[in-house]
Amino acid sequence: MNAPVMAIAELADRNPTRSTLELLGLARRLAGRAHAIAALFTDEADKAPQELIAHGADQVGVVQHEALGAYHSEAWVTAAAEVCREVRPSLVIACHSAIGADLAPRLAFRLDTAVATGCVDITREQEKFLFTRSCHGGNAREVISFRSAPVIATVRPGYHEALPRNGDRGGELISMAPDLSGAAKRVRIIERRPDAEDRARLENARVVVAGGRGLGGPDGFRTLEQLAQVLGGAVGASRVPCDLGWCPRSWQIGLTGRTVQPDLYIAVGISGAGHHMAGCGRAKTIVAVNTDPDAAIFKEARWGIVGDYHQIVPALLDEVRKRRRAA
Amino acid sequence: MPGEMHIVVCAKQVPNPDAAFSMFRVDEAARRIVAAPGLQLVMSPFDEQAVEAALRIRDRGREVKITVLTLGPESARGVIKHALAMGADEGVLVDDSVFESADSYVTAHALAAAIRKLGGCDLVLAGRQAADDDAGVVGAGVGELLGFAVIGFASNIEVDGAIVRVERVVDDGSEIVEAEMPALVTVSNELGAARTPSLRETMRAARKPIALWQAAALGTSVNGAAQAQRAVERVFVPLKENRCEFMAGSAAEQAAGLAERLYAAKLI
Repeated sequence: MNAPVMAIAELADRNPTRSTLELLGLARRLAGRAHAIAALFTDEADKAPQELIAHGADQVGVVQHEALGAYHSEAWVTAAAEVCREVRPSLVIACHSAIGADLAPRLAFRLDTAVATGCVDITREQEKFLFTRSCHGGNAREVISFRSAPVIATVRPGYHEALPRNGDRGGELISMAPDLSGAAKRVRIIERRPDAEDRARLENARVVVAGGRGLGGPDGFRTLEQLAQVLGGAVGASRVPCDLGWCPRSWQIGLTGRTVQPDLYIAVGISGAGHHMAGCGRAKTIVAVNTDPDAAIFKEARWGIVGDYHQIVPALLDEVRKRRRAA
Repeated sequence: MPGEMHIVVCAKQVPNPDAAFSMFRVDEAARRIVAAPGLQLVMSPFDEQAVEAALRIRDRGREVKITVLTLGPESARGVIKHALAMGADEGVLVDDSVFESADSYVTAHALAAAIRKLGGCDLVLAGRQAADDDAGVVGAGVGELLGFAVIGFASNIEVDGAIVRVERVVDDGSEIVEAEMPALVTVSNELGAARTPSLRETMRAARKPIALWQAAALGTSVNGAAQAQRAVERVFVPLKENRCEFMAGSAAEQAAGLAERLYAAKLI
């Protein structure tokens, strides 16, 4: 197959996100002898194209337009459809982020093709792509293929490796200028309400301490914050505390919400249902504290404590502080 | 637009997602996940929140007619009845054996065709993803096929004349967007809990109309699973080869045991 594999890039502070770099690594591997093309939609390309090339893009299709300063669904879908018509990829992949999860299904229907969302793996069998995606609240997996073209997919973070950065890699920049005037007007962004905390805090954290329904209320998060601080980590939550207003929405980790990949994930009062594990299952080591010895979380955890967090977490804090003082 | 607004809510019936996953099994030959017989069938939770969003538009004073639309077998009538008991006005069940094992592509075409047939729709609401497939494709697909403005992951929906104003969830917070209707909006859990049906509304619901349509009535050429774009190669449950080591003793001893292991593993 000579048709290129296209990866849709996302930027944060004008640099490709970590998920985008993982996506490029996957695109490069799947493209084989064909090109891996990064599609970049932005108001100001700056150094992003060079970074995309350094991480595996053979070509970068740049659509630069003032309407593309931040994600704008209609403008990005229109731009992506136009790039696809010019570049004719066999496969288009996007990050399974709020951007990709919105963009990919729309792009699929715009191109009268089909899409696989939330993929944990994509492989190639001669002319056919196989998509392994999670379903049933993250509990099951299905492997699917499509008969339409191009095939479109979103890829979950944490399942693929980015290529090491290679500043000497060569690549081509292709400028494209589709007409986005109509798209930009159709849906107007009136106001942005960014979270008080930087999302990178949770997504880049090496240690995450998360609380669930078992905390019983908002106060438990104060204790978890102390533990996170002493461990140099970040605090997160399962969906229930967020829905109940016990903590900020931006702390939600799960099938919807944030995906984290820390070295250490401490789950306190979290049952371990599939839709939560979908957001933290890639953690290298999971530790669980729960009063229920049969909680599903213990099937995921390396170390577990059956107990009341009101006693356990302060005791753990004491242990860590003790060791810090001794060190 | 003056007068009454027409909202169509797309809802899907799924096996109860709160049931333990052990109640499901993999049918390898059929390449499907099968729920234990007798497992309760419910409206997919995000779709329930879409019904709630429609009702809140009415609560805020706008005159609305709310139609709940579902593609499914006869059992899916239960989803319509639940929406009617919440306060929706009428239902449409698209039930035809040709749709068995339809994929998102076929489902979106069928629902879009049903909405065209209903006519006069100003706003389509749907949950952001279904609790069985987790795909999040059909809602956007319906919007694209109808040529509506599409807005995803709403935590709040308001209407103001011919404009729909949506607060939507993005990766680093939320944003407020506006579009002229007709529009399709998908709803996320941030919208808040759906109301439980009152006794009064449940009794009223028994008199509300539910239409039954089959594939031929829809007037689309994509009218059955034969047009599906997706083939299922395999379905499985990932093996969990995990052995959890439990700390023993008092709270202090358990904490000490854990701390020791975390330090030894250089995790903290």
